[in-house]
Amino acid sequence: MASFNWITALIGGILIGLSATVLLAGNGRIAGISGMINGAIRFSASEAWRWVFLAGMLAGGAIYEYGFAAQPTPTSNFAPVLMIVGGLLVGIGTRVGNGCTSGHGVCGLGRLSARSLVAVLTFLATAFITVYLVRHVFN
Amino acid sequence: MKTLTALIAGILFGFGLGLSQMIDRERVLGFLDLAGTWDPTLLFVLGGAVGVTVITFRFIIGRSRPFWGEKFYLPTKQDIDPRLVIGAAIFGMGWGISGYCPGPGLTALVLGIANPVLFMVAFLVGSLGGQWLLNQFQSKQQLTINN
Repeated sequence: MASFNWITALIGGILIGLSATVLLAGNGRIAGISGMINGAIRFSASEAWRWVFLAGMLAGGAIYEYGFAAQPTPTSNFAPVLMIVGGLLVGIGTRVGNGCTSGHGVCGLGRLSARSLVAVLTFLATAFITVYLVRHVFN
Repeated sequence: MKTLTALIAGILFGFGLGLSQMIDRERVLGFLDLAGTWDPTLLFVLGGAVGVTVITFRFIIGRSRPFWGEKFYLPTKQDIDPRLVIGAAIFGMGWGISGYCPGPGLTALVLGIANPVLFMVAFLVGSLGGQWLLNQFQSKQQLTINN
């Protein structure tokens, strides 16, 4: 794996923060991706802007990967069981807990929401424990 | 203007996730693996993002309305209830297992590999299942109240 590059990490993070800023200042909406997807799959005309945002994310990712990346993003081994189990838990958890890393993290912490701080500390804690168990106990 | 704003915001978000390497699940898992060779990338990404929003949101929310809209759609819930903590805990487990959260999982679809495809399908099933569970729970609660 390429070594850690704090400059691109920081600039990437700032761009994400600017994205949330543009969406809130322009449209009054929170850039939380789990909520964005959940709203989009209601398929109502008033939610069409969510599809535009999600398409923009794919376009932005593709522009970086195929236009700017010094080397292709590394791809890890195909891990179907981890993807299915992990994806299901992420889907259930973000629906029940009303948000993910972007909604509670980037936007919630930006609003100084105590509720989001609790959510962030909780999902970080269980993620740390889960990775420890997966990599160092059951491996 | 609203549509253009959503598009620009989406592009910034996806580009930022790519540039910061968050669409590489090994990077994310490297951050979450405190007992391994710890990778601080995610800390800088989240720090950079929150560093911006914590400043800009103060000014935005102080305005009476957004530039192209009638009002701000902000979360109204304030209470820290078991539902929030249980949901966040389940999300964290899934994040630790897969190395993806919804934003990077979606954006990683552009890499043309199978992992994010499976993750996103499972995410959608889990999310709809989670809504179903919430509905069951709510209707049960209402029955109790009515009785």
